Amino acid sequence: MTKTPVISARNLDKFYGEFHALKNLSIDVAEGERVVICGPSGSGKSTLIRCFNALEYHQSGQLIVDGIEVYEGSNEIIRLRQNVGMVFQQFNLFPHLTVLENLMIGPLKVRRVSKADAEATARRYLDRVHIPDQADKYPRQLSGGQQQRVAIARSLCMESKIILFDEPTSALDPEMINEVLDVMVELAEDGMTMVCVTHEMGFARKIADRMVFMDDGEIVEVADPETFFTAPRSERCRDFLEKVLHH
Amino acid sequence: MAGLSKSLAAPQPPAPELRRPPFLRRLTRSTGFSILVYAVVLAAIGYASYAGAARMGYNWQWYNIPRYLYRFTDDGFQLGELTLGLVMSIYLCVTSFAIAFVLGLVIALLRLSDLIIGKWLAVCLLEFLRNIPLLVLVYLFYYVLGPIFGWDRLTAGILCLGVFYAALISEILRAGILATPKGQWEAARSIGMTRGQAYRYIIIPQAWPLMLPPLTGEVIQLIKSSAIVSVIAVAELTTIGRNLISDTYMSFEIWFTVALIYLAVTLAISLVVTALEKRVSHNA
Repeated sequence: MTKTPVISARNLDKFYGEFHALKNLSIDVAEGERVVICGPSGSGKSTLIRCFNALEYHQSGQLIVDGIEVYEGSNEIIRLRQNVGMVFQQFNLFPHLTVLENLMIGPLKVRRVSKADAEATARRYLDRVHIPDQADKYPRQLSGGQQQRVAIARSLCMESKIILFDEPTSALDPEMINEVLDVMVELAEDGMTMVCVTHEMGFARKIADRMVFMDDGEIVEVADPETFFTAPRSERCRDFLEKVLHH
Repeated sequence: MAGLSKSLAAPQPPAPELRRPPFLRRLTRSTGFSILVYAVVLAAIGYASYAGAARMGYNWQWYNIPRYLYRFTDDGFQLGELTLGLVMSIYLCVTSFAIAFVLGLVIALLRLSDLIIGKWLAVCLLEFLRNIPLLVLVYLFYYVLGPIFGWDRLTAGILCLGVFYAALISEILRAGILATPKGQWEAARSIGMTRGQAYRYIIIPQAWPLMLPPLTGEVIQLIKSSAIVSVIAVAELTTIGRNLISDTYMSFEIWFTVALIYLAVTLAISLVVTALEKRVSHNA
């Protein structure tokens, strides 16, 4: 990697009570890079990316995201989150707002852009996730796949530099997974910096610059997709791939 | 179908119709019956009071009541004492509810905050207010805090009710806020909202419909409790009623009237809020 990292994690440790969720973990993500993190459940993948936008805080080590050091009590967290979008497994759209309002509320209230600009941006991104005609509906009127695409558009509307995906397709019915993945592939092709936690290995293979395998709070293996899928070095990674790929 | 050939072969008992509930149950569940029961109970109460009053030789003067509600004098239309008392009661309730709501919100947010001191302060205040009788609190506000801060009886009454109900309302607000899924918080924070913005634009609008029914309960409770400030002689409905009785000795008529006025106000509020709830749930 020659580019400067936009996410730089050094020796992160995190505990939930006695449970050691992240163990002395280090990783860099470069600008424009697409990193896919996989691993068995409980391995700390979600915890790691939730640390990246300060939804969780690590307890020791150093984490710098987009030039801002992340620590509990920092008064730059709000600025950090404006540049780091997140897409959740459960979509977490705001149910009392229409699709358009869901997309506009961040730019309006946080970035304080004008209403006309916010709406133009919102419509542009709705177009980009292929649901321009759902603008005035409420989230509960949409299918899961559509809701997740709205959630992606909501992140895009904040003009984030980095988008974190926390198992974006795990809560979807199988027939809706591809419509969400397609949007993510398009994003990747446009050069967005992405960190995805996902079990969709076909997708990972298509877009990842780097694959990361985590287990038990540690990064076990980092490799380019080709090597990762054809010649994984560690036993644990081979076991895991065996299970996910043959399903 | 199969039943047809069978019935040709041998006479069958007629298929039972969809069974109607027994006569008695149909009767007791009908609206007419409910109204009848209601009327009978009311008549019984009315008769019992009349009979009792007659036995004690009570002199009913219902015809004297309307002039305490309104009267026409040489100066034209005037509100009667009871109506003025009601206006004062409403003023008392509206102002103390406003105080209770704002203070309740502050207490709720303090309890939900990360500030240890704030949490402790809120919990102490809450336990203190919830665990002493309202009557004692009224005395405390009027006889102790009143002279210290120079409050008149009305101010003391309003503040007392406001603070007492703030404790109850804060619990309702807190429960409503806690009922909002955690993911909503995370989504709000992840698009860079501050805690205050998340409350204002995301959490409160969703929690509001949940809070409305129990809040109505508290408003009605507040209206009823407002009668207690008559012990410090704030000129509200109950105090006026008591004063009128000591002037006129019409205790039966006046207490009945006062009770009906409270009933009318609280029922009206219930109806309005029920309509409001329907609208809120349609929009949500």
